Amino acid sequence: MRLALSLSALVVALLLASLSLGYAPLPLSAVTGGVLGAGDPLHVMVMQQIRLPRTALAALVGAALGLSGAAMQGYLRNPLAEPGLIGVSGSAALGAVIALQTGLSAAFALALPLMALLFALAAVALILLLAGPRGGSLTLILAGIAVSALAGALTSLALNLSSNPYATFEIVFWMMGSVADRSLSHLALATPLVALGGAVLLTLGRGLDALTLGEDGAQALGVSMTALRLKLLFGTAAAVGAATAVAGAVGFVGLVVPHLLRPLCGARPSRLLWASALGGAAMLLAADIAVRLVLPERDLKLGVVMALIGAPLFLHLIYKTRRGG
Amino acid sequence: MAGAAAADDAGPARVVSLNVCTDQLALLMAAPGQLVSVSPLAHDPRSSAMAREAASFPANHAHAEEIALLEPDLVIAGNFTARAATDMLDQLGYHVERFNPANSLEDVRDNIARMGTLLGRETAARALLARFVTRLAELNDAPETRPVVAYYLPFNETAGVQSLTGEILAAAGMENISEARGLPYGGRLPLEELVLAQPDMILVGQPYDSPAQATALLQHPVLRATGTLHEVPDGQNWICGTPFVLDAVEAMRELRRDWEAAQ
Repeated sequence: MRLALSLSALVVALLLASLSLGYAPLPLSAVTGGVLGAGDPLHVMVMQQIRLPRTALAALVGAALGLSGAAMQGYLRNPLAEPGLIGVSGSAALGAVIALQTGLSAAFALALPLMALLFALAAVALILLLAGPRGGSLTLILAGIAVSALAGALTSLALNLSSNPYATFEIVFWMMGSVADRSLSHLALATPLVALGGAVLLTLGRGLDALTLGEDGAQALGVSMTALRLKLLFGTAAAVGAATAVAGAVGFVGLVVPHLLRPLCGARPSRLLWASALGGAAMLLAADIAVRLVLPERDLKLGVVMALIGAPLFLHLIYKTRRGG
Repeated sequence: MAGAAAADDAGPARVVSLNVCTDQLALLMAAPGQLVSVSPLAHDPRSSAMAREAASFPANHAHAEEIALLEPDLVIAGNFTARAATDMLDQLGYHVERFNPANSLEDVRDNIARMGTLLGRETAARALLARFVTRLAELNDAPETRPVVAYYLPFNETAGVQSLTGEILAAAGMENISEARGLPYGGRLPLEELVLAQPDMILVGQPYDSPAQATALLQHPVLRATGTLHEVPDGQNWICGTPFVLDAVEAMRELRRDWEAAQ
């Protein structure tokens, strides 16, 4: 309970900080009034159409990635499982790029998150198939490398083939992710699917708790492994897919956040699920604030900040895993 | 008269152009049959103001081998186009001339004159220059109030005063926002700073057929919400230092007059 309160407080504080910090200084009254739609219409426009979608998306994407990471790690019982590392985000990005470049998303707006979902689904299914129910580290990481590389290459190809000369520059966005200058329509596209996927993942708590006893133990407790797997598959694909479709593939959130929160949650994956959702939101909000504070004149990507934090931790985890097994 | 014709005949017989801007300057001045090949962009109406005139000229793709096989007496290229190919052609002994992109109306005049000399078409160049200078003077109507304009580009960039775009806007009687922002050569202007600066007009280029975020930025709903967004329909006139920039000036002058009338 204390953990829930302090994490929520952290998220709220970071939400407010993210709204107040922009490229142009705005007085606090303009910030609060602007969000609520009161005061100078110019400030309302800037707050509601530029800063609010950016802030809300950072929180949404962070929550989706944190939650998905915790769920995958719980299911595979492997702390290295993370949507970005095992290629789920990369595949979702490929789906999104295809939807955009073929004009599918122009004809039918929801095609963007749905295509990302579809590709993410294929990636998660492939990984689960390859890694098997136990999720051995080596297979997991190797399969992840292969899926990531293929998705990344096809994303680059699709963008290189575009008739828009600026499309090629976008490769960095799809590999690194960003919430800069996203609009309310992006938020509206992603939110329903992220919420749906997140809701499904949050119901996994009991099953994942039981799974800590091993598969037989879980089945003895009446947990259906098939249902658990299907829910995980769909929930992760929906949450990661929709988040990636509008913000690109932000890596390491699902790795770092559960790792930091695991000691605080005891050995209970169910607690880790919602804690990681809140923690992921906080982490990405903080990273996006850093993007704007550290090099405001450069369009620094979210994934750069996350990789700087996440990659050393990843190496540390590999080292620990190797020593342990 | 006979002397001038003789001088004009002294130009290179086979000219190959590798850049959309040198393409158009050559198309404007070359003698019939003198220009052998143009760049692929010359055929693209989005980039070239002379796509129709260029249609009958075969395109080259700026590969050294391909150009050498065309046996050119003169290769004209942009300073930044296909560096490897033009360096190779240089080494092989071909006559390669490189043009800097025009950053001002002065550069446009220089480029016209230089192209005329290179092609041995001084008479044509002088006529073109005279028309250019006259029309530019005619377009200047020295307005009392100048609207503050932001030409917003992909990647959150804004066009500077010291650029061809900036000079087109100035010639049309507009004030460029980059002046007040301390960005004489243009530079990054975040979306929220642009909106908060409240320019009288925000100009953006036309959207491409396929999406990219760098250009999707120009369709961000907040730009439309400002009520000052204008799409520039004739981007091909703005790209190169050719006399077509005056069409751009004229279109902007019309836009400014509409704005004045609405005040």
